[in-house]
Amino acid sequence: MTATVPAKIPVDKKTEKQLARGEKLGAATRTKKRLTSRGATIAALVIAVLWTTPTFGLFISSIRPPEEILRNGWWTIFQNPGFTLNNYTEVLAAGNSTLNLAGAFINSIAITLPATIFPLVIASLAAYAFAWIKFPGRNWMFIGVFALQIVPLQMALVPLLSLFSRGLSIGDVELFASLNASNAYSQVWIAHTIFALPLAIFLLHNFVSEIPSELIEAARVDGAGHGQIFFRIVLPLTMPAIASFAIFQFLWVWNDLLVALVFADGRVAPMTKLLAEITGSRGQDWNLLTAGAFISILVPLIVFFALQRYFVRGLLAGSTKG
Amino acid sequence: MSAFLAWISTLPALAQIPLVLLAFFAVIALLIFFLEVAPRTGRKFTIIRAAACVLIPGLVFLTLGSVLWAAAAATLFGALFFYLDYRSKQGAGYLFQLVGFLSPAIFLLGIGLIYPTIQTTIQAFMNSRGTRFVGLENFIWIFTQDTGIRTVLNTVVWVLIVPVVSTIFGLAYAVFIDKSRGEKFFKVLVFMPMAISFVGASIIWRFVYAVRPAGQEQIGLLNQVVVWLGGEPVSWLSNSPWNTFFLIVVLIWIQTGFAMVILSAAIKGVPLEQLEAAELDGTNAWQRFTNVTVPGIRSSLVVVLTTISIASLKVFDIVRTMTAGANETSVIANEMYSQWQGFEVGRSAAFAVVLFLMVLPIVIYNARQIKKQREIR
Repeated sequence: MTATVPAKIPVDKKTEKQLARGEKLGAATRTKKRLTSRGATIAALVIAVLWTTPTFGLFISSIRPPEEILRNGWWTIFQNPGFTLNNYTEVLAAGNSTLNLAGAFINSIAITLPATIFPLVIASLAAYAFAWIKFPGRNWMFIGVFALQIVPLQMALVPLLSLFSRGLSIGDVELFASLNASNAYSQVWIAHTIFALPLAIFLLHNFVSEIPSELIEAARVDGAGHGQIFFRIVLPLTMPAIASFAIFQFLWVWNDLLVALVFADGRVAPMTKLLAEITGSRGQDWNLLTAGAFISILVPLIVFFALQRYFVRGLLAGSTKG
Repeated sequence: MSAFLAWISTLPALAQIPLVLLAFFAVIALLIFFLEVAPRTGRKFTIIRAAACVLIPGLVFLTLGSVLWAAAAATLFGALFFYLDYRSKQGAGYLFQLVGFLSPAIFLLGIGLIYPTIQTTIQAFMNSRGTRFVGLENFIWIFTQDTGIRTVLNTVVWVLIVPVVSTIFGLAYAVFIDKSRGEKFFKVLVFMPMAISFVGASIIWRFVYAVRPAGQEQIGLLNQVVVWLGGEPVSWLSNSPWNTFFLIVVLIWIQTGFAMVILSAAIKGVPLEQLEAAELDGTNAWQRFTNVTVPGIRSSLVVVLTTISIASLKVFDIVRTMTAGANETSVIANEMYSQWQGFEVGRSAAFAVVLFLMVLPIVIYNARQIKKQREIR
């Protein structure tokens, strides 16, 4: 402790107490010192409360009987107790003529899983090429891929949709036929895959290029080709990075509304789309909205709490490395 | 391929996942197999490579449903490519591997981002059905009528407020909880909104803003607070221009966690010696913060600010779910979608182009910062 806190620095009583406490906590915390004051602690507490209260209120409301929700605020739950799961059963059956929320939940899963895996595999192939295969114009091409992040999704949506539904013809020559997939997941999968690629390639390239070149060289000397190096060395070594990006992609696809609005119509619509619809049409049915919202945030929250460490790591890699 | 996709879409949703994944992995496995045998010497491998070069392009075009002679042309190009690869200076199979690794990504980026961007840009100068060139008419339309100007202005307000406020909150919070006990727990509390969808967040906040006529019991927390303080309940989301600010609060609520996590990591990277040296010089906590910590985390600050700026430029879900752009709260992305739904493709594209032009300088700045940072390292 004395190594980190100069002896003569005047410290107030509270800090002293905390220092003493820190010492008792053992070697791991010994290097920690508390500089923040009481005011800062209060400010932090206030922020923390402000940030969690809305979600908490939503959860409380979602398990209250509908008439109670409409009669008084969720903070009066102790004066007006009441508990029900009917909101959940009711909202799972709510929806439009072709789909209810339970179906939309399945849709969300069916959209999200492939749309998470496709871009990661394709991006890791490309990232390997950019990192370990030398070819002229490699840097320019990589910068080009990075630059594609400039393109707002909004610019690509409509033409891509017409590409899917009408195909592409140059003059009379039909280069692509239409996908015939207006009521299928496939176009959402492809759209999400494409929109994830620039960032995925960029991030994975950062990790793939950090593999020691001796390792790659050694494998090459032993006669391994690029395919084997990629599959046997690069893929296992970058698994943590791939996992952390996978969490991101999962959350992003699960939470997306814009792509879903354009590409997932009718009976393949995901939960976000249906919820937005219910909000528009039954905006005052708070029992449905709160329960529906809580169902939709449940999966991301589970993923988030279970894999938080990877999530944060991916976030840091993405921003501090570029 | 469209036949396969059509067939698969008739199956129950959960059965589609394993099937499509299996098909995908089969294709990838085949690709990796070809990549693996490509550089090997010997007649057998040359033949495999030649067959792959000739057959794959043709098959790709056929599965995409192209006309026969386009597929034939592709096959011809494949043969030409095989010859080039065979005579390649880096040895046979080199080009084959390169293309094998890169082509899936490049192909998808081409059809999904590059082609649509060009297409949208062209459409922005066309009439609503995309049949006639109208010059700048769509842009003039945006900037001459009230809703258009309002929409652009609202977007500007979003991008000015959200990054600054969430960064300030995130930074303050990160500093307050830095090295305190229970830091991880505190972080999770503020970080949690990041995992919630914008739609979910919008519903959460609509509930906070819910309003009841005066005299009735309030069910929205914010109005209850107002009533407790002796005020009249306010309809937060219908009074322009302040309603935009209440929408902005939602994005701030989401993005603060992001700013906090990044900045917290950056703060931990500030060398302890510098802080201690400043401390020995008799500076107080605030001076240490502004003169040592802030310069130390400058690059992270730039990243956070620019990332959130881009996110707030593109904001769509929040506006769509909470007000759908009513009461003068619309933003560019929302208006773009509304125009497209109203079959005004030209105007929709023009909004997209405006958005692109607004994002452009931020991304360029960000890219230059990253480059600078790399050069230092």
